[in-house]
Amino acid sequence: MNWDIVLDLAIILGKSLLLLICLLVFIAYILLADRKIWAAVQLRRGPNVVGPFGLFQSFADLLKFVFKEPIIPASANKGVFLLAPLVSCVLALAAWAVIPVAEGWAIADINVGILYIFAISSLGVYGVIMGGWASNSKYPFLGALRSAAQMVSYEVSIGFVIITVLLCVGSLNLSAIVEAQNTSWGMLRWYWLPLFPMFVVFFISALAETNRPPFDLPEAESELVAGFMVEYSSTPYLLYMLGEYVAIMTMCSLTTILFLGGWLPPFPIAPFTWLPGVFWFALKICMVFFMFAMVKAFVPRYRYDQLMRLGWKVFLPLSLVSVVVVAAVLQLTGWAPVH
Amino acid sequence: MNAAAAFFYLFSGITIASAFMVVSSRNPVHSVLFLILAFVNAAGLFLLLGAEFLAMLLVVVYVGAVAVLFLFVVMMLDVDFAEFRQGFLQYLPVGALIGLIFAVELLLVVGSWVIDPQIVRAPVAAIPANISNTEALGRVLYTQYIYYFQAAGLVLLVAMIGAIVLTLRERPGVKRQSIPQQNARTKATAMEVRQVQSHAGVPEETV
Repeated sequence: MNWDIVLDLAIILGKSLLLLICLLVFIAYILLADRKIWAAVQLRRGPNVVGPFGLFQSFADLLKFVFKEPIIPASANKGVFLLAPLVSCVLALAAWAVIPVAEGWAIADINVGILYIFAISSLGVYGVIMGGWASNSKYPFLGALRSAAQMVSYEVSIGFVIITVLLCVGSLNLSAIVEAQNTSWGMLRWYWLPLFPMFVVFFISALAETNRPPFDLPEAESELVAGFMVEYSSTPYLLYMLGEYVAIMTMCSLTTILFLGGWLPPFPIAPFTWLPGVFWFALKICMVFFMFAMVKAFVPRYRYDQLMRLGWKVFLPLSLVSVVVVAAVLQLTGWAPVH
Repeated sequence: MNAAAAFFYLFSGITIASAFMVVSSRNPVHSVLFLILAFVNAAGLFLLLGAEFLAMLLVVVYVGAVAVLFLFVVMMLDVDFAEFRQGFLQYLPVGALIGLIFAVELLLVVGSWVIDPQIVRAPVAAIPANISNTEALGRVLYTQYIYYFQAAGLVLLVAMIGAIVLTLRERPGVKRQSIPQQNARTKATAMEVRQVQSHAGVPEETV
């Protein structure tokens, strides 16, 4: 028995647990923020009963879900029915293995990091399809079908947007992508400004990929009650909910890494550089999430054909053209990264 | 036993077991789910070989896109198993032939390895040191093999156009909404303000 391997494994396990706990606590408050922002836009108070300002609301919800009785429909395919929320949640959490929250603070700093996240997020659709199919009922099935079509469509444009960024960076490593934005110009040379149209396309595609409003057709409550989650209750439902918010966090952090300079301070000068990288990373995630929450609060839901049109007829050509344009500009001006 | 060997046996064991479940499970949706499991574990085997780019592409392309459409179709189809079994004898010769070809190919690969282990160790393009395999792959794919690469792209394009031509049908009498047209509507084109006489209504012929 080689004790070095055991020690390495223990260290990885410890790091993963630490990240998991931080992430879950962060998500508890992101969820609260989501509800509070939504309420504020509609001139309501939002959750304000549990704890001061409703700060413990998410934990109360957690306990409520865990202590309720899980109900499995008689005609459901039991194995797949219970596996689906687990798949959804575990895959969403797995993406965080490669995300660098500060310089060198990643559990696995692999050199195909961005591809790994892309692969894992493209698997997220299975949780939804499996849940919808295994419930063996109409609305979940329709929700699952919608979701499958929607997530596959928007992945295409997300892929092309990632390619434009990778052309400018010359590496698939997430830390290298952040480092490539580290210039003396600070936030003016992060990729959100030079690649602004792609930033917008990525943000909107991220909304669609995570089934957030205005693209929440898979769970459109006015048509499908709760879409693929109709038959779920208690802990399985909690896992779906958790998976959804973890996926949203992943998309927020991916936006931060690709376009907003990851853990870098806005300007590389004194007062900004005093604060640690992880603070800036968390702040940027919160900013991106604020945009997610505001979109939820004031944009009406898309009609399904409009959603498909936006994905295939607007975003796909736009991102494809931008790949060609960015590649041509980099090649002709000699700005392309050399190895 | 080191860690790599342990992971190899884990991944290959699950791959073989789930591949067996693909053909033996009674529910076609379960078959596709096991197929996905087999793909993911094959990606794990690629990772162990140091081909992390291929591993990720396998997951993105096969699991993330192809298998989703598979699952989509299998879920939608109402498969009748009794009908399925009837054609079994009819397709047996073709199936047996394909199985035989696979068996012979497998034997050839394993046989060449047993006879001369150097064959598998000498790849056509030398693996350059100090660069990631994404870059190494890009260097040969876009220089040495550019014509094959373009030809593969053309084949896929033809397949795509073929699929669209086969499924495209013009249905008469379908109401379609043109979003540019809807957006181009102004107050002037959309509405008309009239002064209507009391107790007279709008004159019939102008409505």
